[in-house]
Amino acid sequence: MTRNLVTDAVNTWCPGCGNFAIQHAVKGVLSDLEAAGTSLDDVVLVSGIGCHAKIADYTNINSFYAIHGRAIPVATGIKLANPDLTVICCAGDGDAYAEGLDHLIFAAKRNIDITLVVHDNRVYGLTTGQYTPTSPAGFHGKSTPQGSNEDPINPLELMLAANASYVARGYTKKMALLQELIAGGVAHRGFAFIDVLQICATFFNQTAQYNRLVYELADHDPTSFASACAKAREWDYNSDAPIALGLLYKQKRQVFDQQFPAPILVQADRDQAIQEVLEQRR
Amino acid sequence: MPLSYSCVTSQEYPHIDQCLKYQKERGMAVNEVSVLIGGKAGDGISNAGGIIAQLLNHLGYYVYLYIDYPSLIRGGHTFAVIRGADRQVSVHQDRVDFLVALDQRTVDLHRPVSPSCTLIVNEDLVKPVQEGTGISLRAILTAEQAPAIMGNSAMIGAFAKAAGIPWETVQEVFHAHMPKAPDENLRVARRAYDEVGTVRPIAPLARPARPLLTGNEAISLGLAKAGMSAYVSYPMTPSSGILHFLAEQARRLGITVIHPENEIAVMLMALGFSYAGRRVAVGTSGGGFCLMTEGLSLAGMAELPIVLVVSQRTGPSTGLPTYTGQADLRFVLHAGHGEFPRFVVAPADASQAYYWSAVAMNLAWKYQVPAFILADKTLSEGQYSLEPEHLPDVGVEEPLLWNGTEPYARYRVQEEGISPLAYPGDKGAIVKVNSYAHDESGTTTEDGQQVKRMADKRMNKWVALSFAVMDYPEVYVSGKTDAPVALLCWGSVRGVCEEVAMVLGLRVVQPVVLRPFPAELITGLCDGVTRMITVEENGDGQLAALAREHGFEVYGDILKYDGRPFTPGELLVKVEEVMAR
Repeated sequence: MTRNLVTDAVNTWCPGCGNFAIQHAVKGVLSDLEAAGTSLDDVVLVSGIGCHAKIADYTNINSFYAIHGRAIPVATGIKLANPDLTVICCAGDGDAYAEGLDHLIFAAKRNIDITLVVHDNRVYGLTTGQYTPTSPAGFHGKSTPQGSNEDPINPLELMLAANASYVARGYTKKMALLQELIAGGVAHRGFAFIDVLQICATFFNQTAQYNRLVYELADHDPTSFASACAKAREWDYNSDAPIALGLLYKQKRQVFDQQFPAPILVQADRDQAIQEVLEQRR
Repeated sequence: MPLSYSCVTSQEYPHIDQCLKYQKERGMAVNEVSVLIGGKAGDGISNAGGIIAQLLNHLGYYVYLYIDYPSLIRGGHTFAVIRGADRQVSVHQDRVDFLVALDQRTVDLHRPVSPSCTLIVNEDLVKPVQEGTGISLRAILTAEQAPAIMGNSAMIGAFAKAAGIPWETVQEVFHAHMPKAPDENLRVARRAYDEVGTVRPIAPLARPARPLLTGNEAISLGLAKAGMSAYVSYPMTPSSGILHFLAEQARRLGITVIHPENEIAVMLMALGFSYAGRRVAVGTSGGGFCLMTEGLSLAGMAELPIVLVVSQRTGPSTGLPTYTGQADLRFVLHAGHGEFPRFVVAPADASQAYYWSAVAMNLAWKYQVPAFILADKTLSEGQYSLEPEHLPDVGVEEPLLWNGTEPYARYRVQEEGISPLAYPGDKGAIVKVNSYAHDESGTTTEDGQQVKRMADKRMNKWVALSFAVMDYPEVYVSGKTDAPVALLCWGSVRGVCEEVAMVLGLRVVQPVVLRPFPAELITGLCDGVTRMITVEENGDGQLAALAREHGFEVYGDILKYDGRPFTPGELLVKVEEVMAR
């Protein structure tokens, strides 16, 4: 029986919000997983805090609605606890690039087998419009009314530097590609990073700019680190340069979750192991 | 002026003499011996102390080891005091019988406190002394072509001979407990053993050796006993011993040990483990626990079981990283925004640490709450004799689980506020946990009635937990249990309180569980007490204030906050001062 993936929670995203597109893509990936024989009971969705995170309430699947910036370590713990689970982690750009930047870098460094979808709308929506790490310089937000005087970070470049094994960029107005990138991330063994350029209909609607500048990668070799870096640097989240969409980089690396001992399940075995330790201390 | 080994200011120690006199009058400290070994960091004092502890253990003594070291890798002054007795002890004596000195500073600092001790010195670095035994580490190491780090084995050999410990015992202990190259170390020890004579023989007690464990190791094994299969921690003294021990024993104990990027990640990763159904603990000290508090509050709201080991050191801030303190009681009792139930236990020694760590894990899962093991440096890094056969047996107690048939709701409201648990991967259950206020299904809600209903559900667990802990020995009483003066203490300080109580004929009351606070039980156990004196290692009198909050009258509070644990002689004088008021 195919699961109805939408809960009866009342949806409060703004009309035109990019989150609808991302949720639609995630649902598409889940349906395909189910059709291919994966039990959706074995899938967990982890979210941070912000407009994006409501996806946990709206999607009828195991979920851990975490706290701001901390979706990645939660997802990491879940995957380590039970490597049989498929763990999809949704985070905002505030979550992933500000409050929880350390976790992002370490997830890439240790190559934990989770899929991270960053809902990168480049503005804090739920707190009603402040600049984020990927907002363009000069951004007029409520905390920077004179315009922010910081340049944005380039998350793709950052992830390449952190040795991420799957680096992609999607766009909420390119639905087919977005779903393909998330599905590819789920299928990838290791840490999959997908930065999604998302429209914020209320506070930062970049539709016109994105529609003008984005293009889908073709004839790009995702196994070439040099090509990936060149494509990542083409647009610095500030300029008016062409914006590449698609899979920039993919490599095979040792996965972090396959190296740990199995828990002891029987009390007698546990007691025996402890007794052995105690005997050594006599 | 509080006395401690590292800030000796006077040549006279009347309080120590007084304490020892009292002890002798009461037949205490007859079958007991204390050894101090000291040198510079890098001399291997910690290992050597551990070997001496095992020597006394193999002579049949109960053992307690105190280690005192600065926060550096080379230089400074490090020493260990090893006390052997014919009863369980968990504090070191002020005065020692043997002083094993690798350098002059050890003699200068510790000789004045123990003028009649037997001296065993490294004569290369110590000025000639009138009496005592000297060996030349340089000569011995040269003769054996051994590296400098083996100098401590020569000192142990000389001590063993001076104390009349049979060579076979030395061999046995080196083979079992020398971390590296036992035979090479034994050759070095033997040369020293043969060079010196027996000066002050330690009478063997005909008892088998017991397991010696640090408090950190006891906590680790107690958690493992109750099914811990994951430990997540960022190194921080004095909790790091747990991380190191479990990492080393991970395969044997079936434990996934993770050292992530910081304590924030530690706490959140652990909550991921918990959500997925794995029994998990985290460990840290005050500074690291600061970073864990946002995750702690999440655990409270999402009702995720977790055990936190917080081992205190001297604060605030970086403070004294390698010294002790009890200043984080209030912090641990109240940490985290919002209101949610928690369990807090503060063991006094390795036995309590082992037993209560297992209990904490079970209660965390039964009530789906954070459970704390509040330790301190003295407990964490001290070594104790453990007799697990004398402790109540604890294994994994299964929490309330989903029956697999009715539609699953993670926060179903039912008896005692406890909802049946299911984990992601369980077929037919959709498991939704949430940091937001949520309804029974785990979906966010802002509806006032729902919010209150779920807050009541969580608060009901307080009530249930308060009743549940009554089934456990949550308050420990010892000493003269009908005495009118009671020493009220918590954590590792109980050891020294017991010594003083034995000398002065006092009652000792140690609430092991600090939250829910066992006020009723304490009231019962303090029946007939006319003067309650609190003893703790902080400056605010945190237990005293807690006791007052619960209606107890505190006659006097004795505080110490220089990073060093109380010693019996020091506390005895303070208690007499308070009693004389």
